[in-house]
Amino acid sequence: MIWIENLWKNFGNKEVLAGLELYIPRGETLVIMGRSGCGKSVLLKMITGLMKPDQGQIWIDGADVTRLSRKALDRTRQKLGMLFQSAALFDSMTVAENVGFMVSQHMKLSKHEINEIVAEKLHLVQLDGTQHLRPAELSGGMRKRVGLARAIACNPEVILYDEPTTGLDPITALEINRLIRDLHQKLQVTSVVVTHDMDSAFSVGTRMAMIHQGQVIAHGTPDEIWKIDNPVLQQFIANENHHQDDDCR
Amino acid sequence: MNRQPSTQRQTLYDSRNLLIRFVDFAGDRALSGISGLGSATLLVLETWLLAFRRPFQLNLLVHQLFLIGVNSISVVLISGLFTGMVLATQGYYQLIQLSAEGTLGKFVTVSVVKELGPMVTAFVLAGRIGASITAELGTMKVTEQIDALEVMATNPVKYLVVPRFLACAIMLPILTLFAIVFGIAGGYLAAIILFDMNGLFFLKLAQANLFISSIVISLVKASAFGMAIASIGCYKGFTISSAGGAEGVGKSTTGSAVTSLVTILALDAVLNQMLHVVFGVE
Repeated sequence: MIWIENLWKNFGNKEVLAGLELYIPRGETLVIMGRSGCGKSVLLKMITGLMKPDQGQIWIDGADVTRLSRKALDRTRQKLGMLFQSAALFDSMTVAENVGFMVSQHMKLSKHEINEIVAEKLHLVQLDGTQHLRPAELSGGMRKRVGLARAIACNPEVILYDEPTTGLDPITALEINRLIRDLHQKLQVTSVVVTHDMDSAFSVGTRMAMIHQGQVIAHGTPDEIWKIDNPVLQQFIANENHHQDDDCR
Repeated sequence: MNRQPSTQRQTLYDSRNLLIRFVDFAGDRALSGISGLGSATLLVLETWLLAFRRPFQLNLLVHQLFLIGVNSISVVLISGLFTGMVLATQGYYQLIQLSAEGTLGKFVTVSVVKELGPMVTAFVLAGRIGASITAELGTMKVTEQIDALEVMATNPVKYLVVPRFLACAIMLPILTLFAIVFGIAGGYLAAIILFDMNGLFFLKLAQANLFISSIVISLVKASAFGMAIASIGCYKGFTISSAGGAEGVGKSTTGSAVTSLVTILALDAVLNQMLHVVFGVE
């Protein structure tokens, strides 16, 4: 489904990605882990075509998004849905307008049909009846859920999550994790989750990859990841769990 | 004994360093200025191209026409009225020295139609609309809303810039017409109330010097000012660094207003010269 080949990216003298290779099979939920600034979010921006790599290719369903024309890239983007770290809701619009935005832009549907899609997607994220609210009236968790409803509005084949649980309390974070698992089961989509929240990573991932110094240093199922004897990976998992325990205390 | 030449060498070295730093700084600024001008030009070209490409989102255009036009009309009318009054007052004291105070109607009309009408309207809108466009788009940029638009396969230039650009290009001339009418009315009020002049005579002179060609040229200039205000406002909003946060939005908003004002003055000078050379307009 998504194949990333020899990806390089520098910002000035800082090398963020150094020949990264990754394959994400259809229907899997891949969690990408790594320290802050290791290039996880940069990788998501490259998958969506928001940023160009210095070198390398990203293939989505056979199309190299690094070389597509604007029109072709937009066609590929219609297969994607993305939940941004800050949810990135349009603050001048209501919840219904946010969720129905992509539908109204790309599908020739009546207002009634759009409203039905909006209600269905809001039901999936357990936010029935919030259509008239503005983003400023929502809590952090609700904003993420509206962002998720917006991401799945056009029935995408791939959903990208950028730090879906960052900034949320543990209970809300658990709800978001459950929602990601539910959506994966109900919609049968391919998901890419970028996070450094280990609870979230092991809870939602069917496969996991660890990025360090611009490359994937470990890749496998959650069970395999526990068993990989890589000191950087094991230290990252242990420390992140330790930090989360501290946060809870 | 050796200290003095060494101090001289040090001073020379410091001066050379200072000069190199200055050249380096000036070069950096010049390069970023040229690069900014290039990016802004590309944005304007893309805006023109996309303005004529389907789908035409008329609802977005109507919304911007309302925000830019209807919401600015009161400020433009008040500014136009007072500009006309000040112009008549100052003009009267200058003309009376030449015993030509009777031509006040002509003086006010020509000044308001040719220069002050479009200029005052453009200045008001640069502060009010240009800055607000930058603040709105800048906030969207730092909160990843523009990235969200792109990911949802919607071109931000088509969706955000084109309606604002067209609305400014359409509304500036309309608002300028109002500013001209209220400017002449302000001059008229000042003439009859402050200087006890014959109102009918003022209006007859005003009418005699009101040429369609002057009004058309004034509206063309106003439309160009509108395009400049929208382009600068959008460009400044789009180029805010995501890491800039609220401070970045504030800086860009101020920068947008200042750049718009300077550009309007420069554009006015260029357009006046062009109209004079190409069409022989005085």
